Amino acid sequence: MTTTVVPAIPKAPTDERVARSSPLMRLLIRPEFGALAGAVVVWLLFAWQAGGVWLSWQGTATYVDVSAKYGLTALAIALLMIGGEFDLSSGVMTGTTGMFAGLFAVNSGMHVVLALVLSLVLAVAIGVINGVMVVKSRLPSFIVTLGTFFALQGFNLWLTQRVTGLTNVTGIDAASGYELGRRLFASTMFHIGRAEFSISLLWFVAMAVLGSWVLMRTKVGNWIFAVGGNRDAARMVGVPASATKVGLFVAVAVCGWVHGMVVLFETSRSNVIEGVGQEFYFIIAAVLGGCLLTGGFGSVVGAAFGCLILGMTRQGIPLAGWDPNLNFLFLGAILLAAAFANEAIRRWASTAGRPSQRKIEEAAHDAAVEQDVIAATGDGGGDE
Amino acid sequence: MSDPLGEPVGRDFDGHALLELQRLSKFFGNVIALQNITTSVQAGEVTCVLGDNGAGKSTFIKILAGVHSHDEGRFLMEGKETRFHSPRDAKAAGVATVYQDLAMAPLMSIWRNFFLGSEPTTWLGTIDIKKAKRVAIEEMAKMGIEVRDPEQPVGTLSGGERQSVAIARAVYFGAKVLILDEPTAALGVRQSGVVLRYIVAARDRGLGVIFITHNPHHAYPVGDRFLILKRGASLGNFAKSEITRDELTQMMSGGAELEALSHEIASLRA
Repeated sequence: MTTTVVPAIPKAPTDERVARSSPLMRLLIRPEFGALAGAVVVWLLFAWQAGGVWLSWQGTATYVDVSAKYGLTALAIALLMIGGEFDLSSGVMTGTTGMFAGLFAVNSGMHVVLALVLSLVLAVAIGVINGVMVVKSRLPSFIVTLGTFFALQGFNLWLTQRVTGLTNVTGIDAASGYELGRRLFASTMFHIGRAEFSISLLWFVAMAVLGSWVLMRTKVGNWIFAVGGNRDAARMVGVPASATKVGLFVAVAVCGWVHGMVVLFETSRSNVIEGVGQEFYFIIAAVLGGCLLTGGFGSVVGAAFGCLILGMTRQGIPLAGWDPNLNFLFLGAILLAAAFANEAIRRWASTAGRPSQRKIEEAAHDAAVEQDVIAATGDGGGDE
Repeated sequence: MSDPLGEPVGRDFDGHALLELQRLSKFFGNVIALQNITTSVQAGEVTCVLGDNGAGKSTFIKILAGVHSHDEGRFLMEGKETRFHSPRDAKAAGVATVYQDLAMAPLMSIWRNFFLGSEPTTWLGTIDIKKAKRVAIEEMAKMGIEVRDPEQPVGTLSGGERQSVAIARAVYFGAKVLILDEPTAALGVRQSGVVLRYIVAARDRGLGVIFITHNPHHAYPVGDRFLILKRGASLGNFAKSEITRDELTQMMSGGAELEALSHEIASLRA
């Protein structure tokens, strides 16, 4: 009986360390870095093309306001995408919640506070329905929420036409408690000169801070990364994966409600198809912010910069005197650029310094063959 | 590390093994997945379970990990008859399983993966990130790995290192028995050596390790006990002193098949 010798086990584990990242690399792969850099470039571009209007406080207030409105829903979409899901019904939620609040306050004569609470409850319910359907069926959320999107749109049109004969609800400014709603969702927060900054900016900043805090500092944030990055693994170590995902859908719905209320109280009317088509802008903002379509990686702060890019582009193109149709071309191009950059980072982060899977398999195969041969021929070709 | 057969090394004061299986069987309908399997693992020892594909290794793991329940025989934890009804039961009893895919999110940092599902919190309810990073570094150091940046994504670690994160995590969260499912299967020779080293490190910290593999050359150097499975049945349950490396290799691969292979290779060379 031979004594055991552990064969040739490396004594210096530090040699095994790979992909030691430089500080520069670590900055570059931060998900929000690309969006920040992009925002600076876009700002400079329009500062050059649009000139003085762009640099004025009034110009600034317009693009900030547009950006903030995208952000009301887009920040929650970023969290949802980090959690590995989509929500295509997030756009129509603006019109849906606005319609419900409007119908409750105008056609049912409720106090605005009650209308707000009830429409919020309905939004939460829609979020739960989306989440539960996705989690239970294990279908891609893309298809499930595409279904809810169309179903809601049809339902909204049917309901408002039955009740009001039109596809919008007007007259909320005459409802009792309107002033409170307007203050919460549609007032001017502050002036700089003649430039007005609306309260949606406050909502936007508050959501960005809260969302980022949850994602980076709390358990729930860790779970969001994990259910997006490796759902089965998360479940195996005891993360409530389904509850996390349903919670994300609810968060999107609640943020969609805030968005809906802002539009309702700013315009005093609710068009039921308000927000339809915007779901793609929310996804673009999240991708610009470094969120991967496959989940598990991204940033809320990055998505906020993504919203800023969207807002600047939308306001900057007409101010620069370009053809407004170029908006789509421009957005498409930066979306592609961001998606390519994200993919490169993802590849780096999941494979850096490691041999490719094929090389690993080849090595394992070689080793196995070698050992079989050694075993079969008795200590290395002794039968020669 | 080599202990003579039957010596009370690693046995508790009652002389019970940490985990013991007696004539364990598992059926799926009329398929016999495992039949009359007997083996044990002591604290501070490594029991290797060897078998080719289809030998019943995964059923074996799943019974120990609480995914399946056994149908016949006895399953003893520290001398007490046990039956796990869920992976949670197994975890609570101190049996941790490190699967091949390691249950990690590659894009998440080392410390986030380490504490996933059991995050330490401050009185504010936020994650105690400082503590999480410190513990991750300390626990990895105990496995012999120096982590410089706990923010590094797990996906950028080598295969062997990711194994060690999974092992260190299981140990930190109170595992007494560590089941390693083919940890060297996807690795090259050098990385396999690294993993074997972690197995030895876990053993030396007093854990009972169950090392599942199809490679006798990986099993023999680190193992104290060897269970060989073939088509759901046990070909034997040996202490190290009862079997040599060559015998193990022969049994594992089926002697006759290997001899045929050896002739085939010899004729190729001629």
